[in-house]
Amino acid sequence: MGEVMAADKARKETIGAVRRTFAPWKDPTQTPLIRFENVVKRFGDFTAVNNVSLDIYEREFFALLGPSGCGKTTLMRMLAGFEEPSSGRLTLAGEDLAGVPPYRRPVNMMFQSYALFPHMNVADNIAFGLKQDKMPKADIDARVEEMLTLVKLEKFAKRKPHQLSGGQRQRVALARSLAKRPKVLLLDEPLGALDKKLREETQFELMDLQMDLGMTFLIVTHDQEEAMTVADRIAVMNHGVLVQVDPPAEIYEQPATRYIADFIGEVNLIESTVTACEGEITRLTSEITTSPLTVAHPCEVAAGGNACIAIRPEKLRISLDPPPEGSENVFAGEIWDIGYLGDLNIYHVELACGQRLKVSQPNLSRRVARPISWDDKVWVTFDPDAGVLLTR
Amino acid sequence: MAMAGEKGRGRWVVIAVPYLWLLALFLAPFLIVFKISLSQDVVAQPPYAPQLDLSNGLAGITEFLSGLSFANYGYVLDFSNEFLEAYGSSLVIASISTLLLLLVGYPIAYGMARAPRSIQPTLLMLVILPFWTSFLIRVYAWIGILSPEGLLNQGLMALGVIDTPLEILNTNLAVYIGIVYSYLPFMVLPLYSALEKLDLTLLEAAADLGCPPVKAFWKITFPLSIPGVAAGALLCFIPAVGEFVIPDLLGGSDTLMIGKSLWTEFTVNRSWTVSSAVAVLLLLVLVIPIVIYQNIQQRELEAGK
Repeated sequence: MGEVMAADKARKETIGAVRRTFAPWKDPTQTPLIRFENVVKRFGDFTAVNNVSLDIYEREFFALLGPSGCGKTTLMRMLAGFEEPSSGRLTLAGEDLAGVPPYRRPVNMMFQSYALFPHMNVADNIAFGLKQDKMPKADIDARVEEMLTLVKLEKFAKRKPHQLSGGQRQRVALARSLAKRPKVLLLDEPLGALDKKLREETQFELMDLQMDLGMTFLIVTHDQEEAMTVADRIAVMNHGVLVQVDPPAEIYEQPATRYIADFIGEVNLIESTVTACEGEITRLTSEITTSPLTVAHPCEVAAGGNACIAIRPEKLRISLDPPPEGSENVFAGEIWDIGYLGDLNIYHVELACGQRLKVSQPNLSRRVARPISWDDKVWVTFDPDAGVLLTR
Repeated sequence: MAMAGEKGRGRWVVIAVPYLWLLALFLAPFLIVFKISLSQDVVAQPPYAPQLDLSNGLAGITEFLSGLSFANYGYVLDFSNEFLEAYGSSLVIASISTLLLLLVGYPIAYGMARAPRSIQPTLLMLVILPFWTSFLIRVYAWIGILSPEGLLNQGLMALGVIDTPLEILNTNLAVYIGIVYSYLPFMVLPLYSALEKLDLTLLEAAADLGCPPVKAFWKITFPLSIPGVAAGALLCFIPAVGEFVIPDLLGGSDTLMIGKSLWTEFTVNRSWTVSSAVAVLLLLVLVIPIVIYQNIQQRELEAGK
């Protein structure tokens, strides 16, 4: 028991160390495994993917995130070979993929619908790709066994797909796509059909698996939490273009545009006018409050220009007591609605001008003398380093 | 409780109506045919004996039963009479026709299922369209095409492909052509419905796992269309075995099919009893493969559970 725990701990430490230092995209000496170069895909008049250039590195867990119809699935299907780019170049490990049919590409895909062969049992489904490679039978059996162990379905080898639960089918699909040890595993909304709890568990399993196998994973998802959880880097797509490509924390803390700030998590957007740019500090005023505003973020527009302060609900503070006279970053308002989530309280505060701010606070109500209640007059404040300035 | 009873009764009515229909229009006539097959020919009206006379009570029934015999079956199953040969020949012709139908029908159904969604209803309509003309007229039309001075021979001779007309009409080849032509919709429609349901992502998955398209057809598409193949084959094979019109119009004197033998026995030899025995045996010949097929399906279904 002790040994197992020690081994687990050692493994955790290695993973932690690798995860902390893993950033090949910052290292100019690294060659990317997958390169999209000015890739365009049109379907008739509709441009699904518009001039996308993107590098993905070996061992990276990369997420394509965006609303449905944003082109993320098309981008993945071009890599799998089901669609050919209308223009642009797509290379994998230096090899141009133009004209290479799907059955000759060293990538495998886990389909959103799983696409398990209904007339084959679990073992035959997993062995299907291996048989195409003319692998000796003994090796196939061994690999199938290994895959079944990996996804914990040893007892289900002889079952047909329709005899399995949704979660089991998902694992068969994963095992089948991993069986050939592809250079890149493509995951198309892999967890979409699972319920929330199972989905969250599976996200962590996927991360461990990717780490252990040392493979490159490319996941397509519309679920921003899923992308944030699993990915080393996220590419946010909208209307066929890449809006931002960054690690999850940067996307959340330093969103590039209003669209991303709004798409990833909850955000309050405060339209303001810049009054002074003082290096790392920007001073602003806004029509929605009389108090001056200060944000610890360099400004891209000159004084007099417009900028938008983006602040996450959890970075706003809420109080029943007014702050000292002349304080900065203060909004006065009334509680308009309260959402009780168990671990969090969400307050919707209506300001005098009618705009509403979302404020979330850890639920400490047992320790608070008087909880905030409906129609209370409240003051919302934030620290200068809590917000970012957006100009796009 | 009362509600449940009401509901139960409603369900029984729904189930009972088609079964009563089958009972009245299939089982009852079959029993009459079966009774006649156990009787003997007589020169009378009706031309068979014994007749069941219920006015004599129990004695009448016993007399009737003692008059029945399986003699006609002995006659039909006797090798010196051509019936066994006709059964065999019918089964062979029907089997070969079914195979040809499958070879012709599968590509058609496959093409339909892969055609753009918007034109699929039109294609379906075109498959069903021949039904709007009488079956008999369509078979007659083939005489005009296949006869020595028919369209086909004239066309081929005009093109210089042949010098003398091909002997097609009044041969088994004409029967095959007739059966394949007439039964094609019965093969295409179940195949289409099986192929149309096929999830194309499965083929993408096969390609993704390294399987080229032709191989994917045999590994994925074909196995998954087997229910359609079986349904189409049964729908064509069963009526083809008993087919009478096509061999009669297009076949020659040496085309031996049980439907034709039955017709001759009934109309030319005027033997109601022997033709009834032929009909009952034909039914048995056809019921056996259906039952076997259903058994296999049932077993697969249960294995699937």
